[in-house]
Amino acid sequence: MTLSSVNEADTSTEKFLRGKYAICGVGETTYRRGSNETTRALGTWAVKNAMDDAGMTADDVDGMLSYSGNDSTFSTFIAGDLGIRLNFYMDVHGGGSSTEALIGIAIGVIEAGMCKTVAIFRAMNGYSSVRIGGTGARSAVPIVGDQIHHRAYGWQSAGQMFAPTFLRHMYDYGTTPEQVAGVKVAHSKHASNNPKAYYKTRYTVDDVVNSRIICKPLHLLDCCVETDNATCIIVTRLDRARDCKNPPAVIQSVVGRCCKPRIDMHYQHGPISTVAGHYAKDILWPNAGVGPEDIDVTGSYDAFTFTTMLQLEDYGFCKKGEGGDYVSSGIIELGGDRPNNTSGGHLCEGYTHGMNMVIENTRQLRGEIDDSCPVGPDGKKQHTYDYSEGGCRQVKDAELTANLGWAMPGTGSAMVMAKDAR
Amino acid sequence: MPVKGEYMGMALTIDDLDGENLDFFRYCSEGDFRLQRGKQSGLLRYPPATACPWTSDRESEWVSVEAKGTVHSYVEVHHPIQPAFKEKIPYMILLVDLDTQKGEPTADEALRVAGNLVTTDGEFASPDIIKAVGIGTRVRMVFTNVTDEFALPQWTVDGDAEQPDEPWRYPQE
Repeated sequence: MTLSSVNEADTSTEKFLRGKYAICGVGETTYRRGSNETTRALGTWAVKNAMDDAGMTADDVDGMLSYSGNDSTFSTFIAGDLGIRLNFYMDVHGGGSSTEALIGIAIGVIEAGMCKTVAIFRAMNGYSSVRIGGTGARSAVPIVGDQIHHRAYGWQSAGQMFAPTFLRHMYDYGTTPEQVAGVKVAHSKHASNNPKAYYKTRYTVDDVVNSRIICKPLHLLDCCVETDNATCIIVTRLDRARDCKNPPAVIQSVVGRCCKPRIDMHYQHGPISTVAGHYAKDILWPNAGVGPEDIDVTGSYDAFTFTTMLQLEDYGFCKKGEGGDYVSSGIIELGGDRPNNTSGGHLCEGYTHGMNMVIENTRQLRGEIDDSCPVGPDGKKQHTYDYSEGGCRQVKDAELTANLGWAMPGTGSAMVMAKDAR
Repeated sequence: MPVKGEYMGMALTIDDLDGENLDFFRYCSEGDFRLQRGKQSGLLRYPPATACPWTSDRESEWVSVEAKGTVHSYVEVHHPIQPAFKEKIPYMILLVDLDTQKGEPTADEALRVAGNLVTTDGEFASPDIIKAVGIGTRVRMVFTNVTDEFALPQWTVDGDAEQPDEPWRYPQE
């Protein structure tokens, strides 16, 4: 982290609204299996928590965005339940990589004068209703037209669809299962310091590579957890965010659903061991005015251990092909030079299609990570920076974060946020 | 008319408006692997599409293609998701670089055609066959009939081709 780069970002330029917008509120439900609630109830719960976090009432929110794969409740119900009169809303189709893309859209509609403050939510019963892993309802539907080219071959779930990229990376660069297991090791350590994580158990490399094979190269412990939950992020202009209850996380740069060529079937365009971050990085870093070397905390999407590694590599946190070394070196662990997914992410905290990683980095920038550290007389966490099991999760002096969202090898989104320099 | 078929208990449908897929799978049912060739570019494309990815040209013609190639990457499934595949594990999905147009129009591009690894008779490959197949294996296409006007392309080890000494396999069996 270099302070100078933050100052440069805040003062030098109008470039692409750098430093003009912020996340002013974040909130979530618990992470469970078997919520026994509708996605409407879950969504309302998360949006209300984010409003409380921002110190906002229904009158302060006038925009809403959500995304889903026909497994959620539309904005109109959530806004109606909470008494929010909307000047703008939109519910879009999509999963991973939507979070950062919708934050960019929120900035755009506010800049266009369409509304002032946008609540973005994702509500899902990803375990007890429409299962994210693809079993149950998702695998029982008729196979139509273009889907025949993959689903008829038993090539359907996310793990199955991404596996050719993962395997080819091992072939092209000699990446090993043990190296990639380092992602699970790191994220499980982080989750053990996260009271709200669904899985809090710490795992070793041996645990990962000895767990059963789902589809090569993925073992059970290379795959994320399915959970029921809702999450919310509130975006507004920086000057308004500064009036909120908690310090703003200032948005420096955003990339939304950036794609490789031939996104109809991205495997046609190689190298297939390269992912969309290869293209997204050329938008992300110049617009942010910083580079990967400046970042203190990353949030690289962990649908699988491999997705974290591939993105860190293609966004330039290490040289191409050296992702296996990077994620097994200790760098990505709390106490390392650049921790990744300090909440435990999708592998351990819960599955939210990308939202919880942005929520986590917002809290990192505030210095108010919700770990088990004691609260002082001033009402603020007194972080110990002792990262042993059950301990602290706050990264010391976190000033710049990067989120790397993933839809599939061919599509990704990203965002850089900074601590408010004021 | 839409084409409907049942394959391993899965309901497969090609809508009557979906001319590209109707043509593709009908040619397959005739044992003829055809791909669209863009009129302007002269380049083949896979899977079927409504324009040429290199020129945006909407005009194309169906051309017979020699369906032989090399495994570029693969999926080996041990935990089935779809009910139809519960009895088939382990099974392989191969992503095959056709010899035709490999490395064109740019070095890392290829016609990468998916299909399951099957025997020459179209049966799903046994674990012993699977263990001998990996990146680099030479394969040829066979077809599995779904209806009279609809067949799926599949891949089988090319017995006539020179095979690599040891194709690349994921290190854990």
